[in-house]
Amino acid sequence: MEIPHLLVHEHADNVGVVVVEGLTAGTKMLCCVTADNSTFELVAKADVPIGHKIAIRDLKQGDTAIKYGEDIGRMIADVEQGGHVHVHNLKTKRW
Amino acid sequence: MVSRYSNMTFMGYRRDNGRVGVRNHVVILPVDDISNAACEAVANNIKGTLALPHAYGRLQFGEDLELHFRTMIGTGANPNVAAVVVIGIEPGWTQKIVDGIAETGKPVAGFSIEQNGDLKTIMDASRKAKEFVHYATELQREECPISELWISTKCGESDTTTGLGSCPTVGNMYDKLLPEGIYGCFGETSEITGAEHICKARAINEEVGERWYRMWKAYQEEVIEQFKTNDLSESQPTKGNIEGGLTTIEEKALGNLEKIGKTSRYIDILKPAETPKSGNGLYFMDTSSAAAECVTLMAAGGYVVHTFPTGQGNVIGNPIVPVIKITANPRTVRTMSEHIDLDVSGILRRDMTIDDAGDALIDMIVRTSNGRNTAAEALGHREFVMTKLYRSA
Repeated sequence: MEIPHLLVHEHADNVGVVVVEGLTAGTKMLCCVTADNSTFELVAKADVPIGHKIAIRDLKQGDTAIKYGEDIGRMIADVEQGGHVHVHNLKTKRW
Repeated sequence: MVSRYSNMTFMGYRRDNGRVGVRNHVVILPVDDISNAACEAVANNIKGTLALPHAYGRLQFGEDLELHFRTMIGTGANPNVAAVVVIGIEPGWTQKIVDGIAETGKPVAGFSIEQNGDLKTIMDASRKAKEFVHYATELQREECPISELWISTKCGESDTTTGLGSCPTVGNMYDKLLPEGIYGCFGETSEITGAEHICKARAINEEVGERWYRMWKAYQEEVIEQFKTNDLSESQPTKGNIEGGLTTIEEKALGNLEKIGKTSRYIDILKPAETPKSGNGLYFMDTSSAAAECVTLMAAGGYVVHTFPTGQGNVIGNPIVPVIKITANPRTVRTMSEHIDLDVSGILRRDMTIDDAGDALIDMIVRTSNGRNTAAEALGHREFVMTKLYRSA
């Protein structure tokens, strides 16, 4: 396999993790679902640092972000597919 | 059942109580903060000894005092320690710690400062420490089955790569070595928040899972709810976690829990610094998620090797237990390589499987147990941090 830009844990997830340094907006990303090594492509809509998340579908304020097939918090702002997901638009449901 | 891991061995120090250590320290242990200076003077006099200065031990009471004694005695009793000189301000609590350590059968002697002063205490304790160094340096390593290892884990400065790579590497190691008869340990009570339903279900049975859940819930109610500010004051996740791309405690917890693998189940729950008593298997220890506190408690519980996944590059070590650093983050490998013992960044490039990484970690655990110094040991990281439960009297 070519080196992927984005890893997604499970098919149910709606966010993935950038695993290369220096990813820039407009990059056509090779995305890999680690559960079964299946791949798909997605265009990055922002410059996103390594380790940070990208939405793999459009998410609306109030939606639940899913990673590991599990609830990782609530969207507090909309983000489009390919956009950066982090503390500016995702918040814990716990504290 | 015989697997390809069953015949693996390492060269360790077998102690009188049957446990096996992978290091051979002569420790100079202060009972309390005001005995640190004398302990450090002894360690300066006698080469090959190790003082463990710390901040506490005066006017503690109740459960907090019990934890103090458990941590002190457990540290001295750890099989990585060959012999111990204990120094306290007065003889009572000093003797209590000496007696606790003596149950292992290893050489231990106590000295107290009142009515002697620092200088006489340092002289007497130095003579004993010198004897202990001669004793310890004549001990030989012997071949031991891998099943005799007690291996703990805790991750630090986590990011999204820990959940993808370094934590599953540790989990794969546990899935392979727990069936061989090792003791395992994970903890970090606050940091299971968001994955507590998964952790509860990973107990060996419902009774243990229920006990685990009550312990987790008690921490939420007694500590978090009473003292929390917004987002736990940027402490859970930490600023470093957030820089690394982790956004919420739920996300962090799910990555953290990858350390117990796919099939491993915990068999019992330990109080902080408590020694397992239910036989070989995986244990959950009720600890802080702060690295130095957690590793200190697990070492006091008797664990001899620590596996430490990191994302952004936590530099922590421990004075008596080798801390093996594992990272999957290629930027951390590039910028902080001197801190990393095992690079599993190939997992992110998809040219290394979790199974390969788990085998590479087992190989590094054996090499470390045989005597290879870890990055943290070579760099002099000796963080020894006592956990304190509440204000002293």
